[in-house]
Amino acid sequence: MYANLGLVEAGCDAIVGFLEENADISCNKMIKKVLHAFKTVFKGLGLTMGHFYAARESRKVLSITDKDYFAQTNGMTTIQYPHQKLPVPEVGRYQLDVEMDDCIVCDLCAKICPVDCIEIESIKATEAIGKTSDGTTKRLYAAKFDIDMAKCMYCGLCTVVCPTECIVMTDTYDRSMPDLKEMIYKFSDMKPEEAEEKRLALEKLNAERMAAKEAAMQQKTQN
Amino acid sequence: MTFYLTYVLVATALFAFTALFTLFALYSERKISAFIQDRIGPMEVGKYGTLQAFADIIKMLQKEFIIPTAADKILFILAPIVIFVSVYLGFAALPWAPGLIPSSLNLGLFYIFAILSIETLGILMAGWGSNNKYALLGSMRSVAQMISYEIPAGVALISAVMIAQSLNLQEISIRQGILSTEQVYFLGIWEVKSVGGLLAWNIFQAPHLILAYIIYFIASLAECNRAPFDIPEAESELVGGFHVEYSGLRFAFIFLAEYSMMFLVGMIGVVLFLGGWNTPLPNVGFAKLALWTTGIGWGIFWILVKTLAVVAVQIWIRWTLPRLRVDQLMSFCWKVLTPLAFLCMLISGLWRLGVMQ
Repeated sequence: MYANLGLVEAGCDAIVGFLEENADISCNKMIKKVLHAFKTVFKGLGLTMGHFYAARESRKVLSITDKDYFAQTNGMTTIQYPHQKLPVPEVGRYQLDVEMDDCIVCDLCAKICPVDCIEIESIKATEAIGKTSDGTTKRLYAAKFDIDMAKCMYCGLCTVVCPTECIVMTDTYDRSMPDLKEMIYKFSDMKPEEAEEKRLALEKLNAERMAAKEAAMQQKTQN
Repeated sequence: MTFYLTYVLVATALFAFTALFTLFALYSERKISAFIQDRIGPMEVGKYGTLQAFADIIKMLQKEFIIPTAADKILFILAPIVIFVSVYLGFAALPWAPGLIPSSLNLGLFYIFAILSIETLGILMAGWGSNNKYALLGSMRSVAQMISYEIPAGVALISAVMIAQSLNLQEISIRQGILSTEQVYFLGIWEVKSVGGLLAWNIFQAPHLILAYIIYFIASLAECNRAPFDIPEAESELVGGFHVEYSGLRFAFIFLAEYSMMFLVGMIGVVLFLGGWNTPLPNVGFAKLALWTTGIGWGIFWILVKTLAVVAVQIWIRWTLPRLRVDQLMSFCWKVLTPLAFLCMLISGLWRLGVMQ
């Protein structure tokens, strides 16, 4: 195929050369133009045929870390996405995930978020609840820890500010939901009744403290 | 009575063929374009996307007929029918195998060319009837282009007809192979009536017909409004050209006409220049390849193979060359193709007088 196209090109060149030497031949210009057109058309056709021929092989699904990732320059480049997936690194920076056991509910992530996609509701605990894996004491319950992944812009600032590194980006990507509400990921593991109970406990404690405070104040004024 | 039945059967068979061919061409065009562009094309419907064309047609059949309020309703409704019928009628005079031709007209080629010109009218009706500036522009371009390119195409065909001395396409086919009743000369020198095969094809009987075939092929691309001559449809300029307002089944018919036209012009070229249903294999010594591969079944096979190859080249060219400008298109037709076609005709006459006697 290629050899033939090359021959045609060479033939056109030869005729054009002959015509240039014998410039007095009439219709010279037109014939030269036609031959030039043929030459360029065959060049283009050769190019597309080359691609057509190279379509016998298609791109292999390789990770970016693979040394042959850039080696294949010919053939079909399509990756049939839902059926084939390019491997992503484990430390990929896609969807957010929160390890609630390590969260101290400091609200820093919600504050730094440029698009306000994190919503946290905290309840003060009456005493220290426990410790995170890095030894920080937990003093707040997370009644609500929602991340709206539809709003998230994947900047990763929340993962930077998190003091206990409990909010991380994972290698999960392409989560599509039929309803936009399903894109709000709820990480809090507290049941509403439980949260209500803790809230009441806190109110009770606050009331007791208030009472104690008032009593102390009264004593102070009496004295 | 029975011949009416035959008429209906033949017409149905031809219609079924055009429809099947359109589906096949649709799929192959998408695949070929994909491979040329390093993609893989449709893959989801059926194995390797083979049922994609059927899915497309089913989708199209379900669509609503939309007639724009400002459109000329009669022209708008009539146009797709005129376009399709004119192309479809062209198939009536094309030979498929020795003794197998829907209608063996003695003016076959003339008839086909006359009937194909009516497609222009249909396109103008579609463009005018749509009452849409893009459609009108597209159809005007289309008409200007088709009428202009009919001249080099016609003259190139005439130069083949002068060699074959007949307008009956079946006759022309017979004279390009071992079934010929007259003498057949390869390049006008070597008697090849008993050898047949490739050597007896018109383009090898008279080598200037190679040039005539190239002219005809280019002009035929313009006549079916295919790239690089697709200015009537020019998606990037005219949205969709003359069929921009069409939807559903009507659009499907325009589409069907376009793809049948590809096959039709390819087949005319094959019959006149590339030996029609004659086998490309010559008799060599005791191996009577040409004799073994001639017959009704073989005839259909060869003409299908040749025409599909031509259609493949049409598709290949479409996905290679960019669109011409209107002025380039016209100057190419009138200043290059037409003079060259006349040159071919002149050589044909001289060949007839000097070489073939």
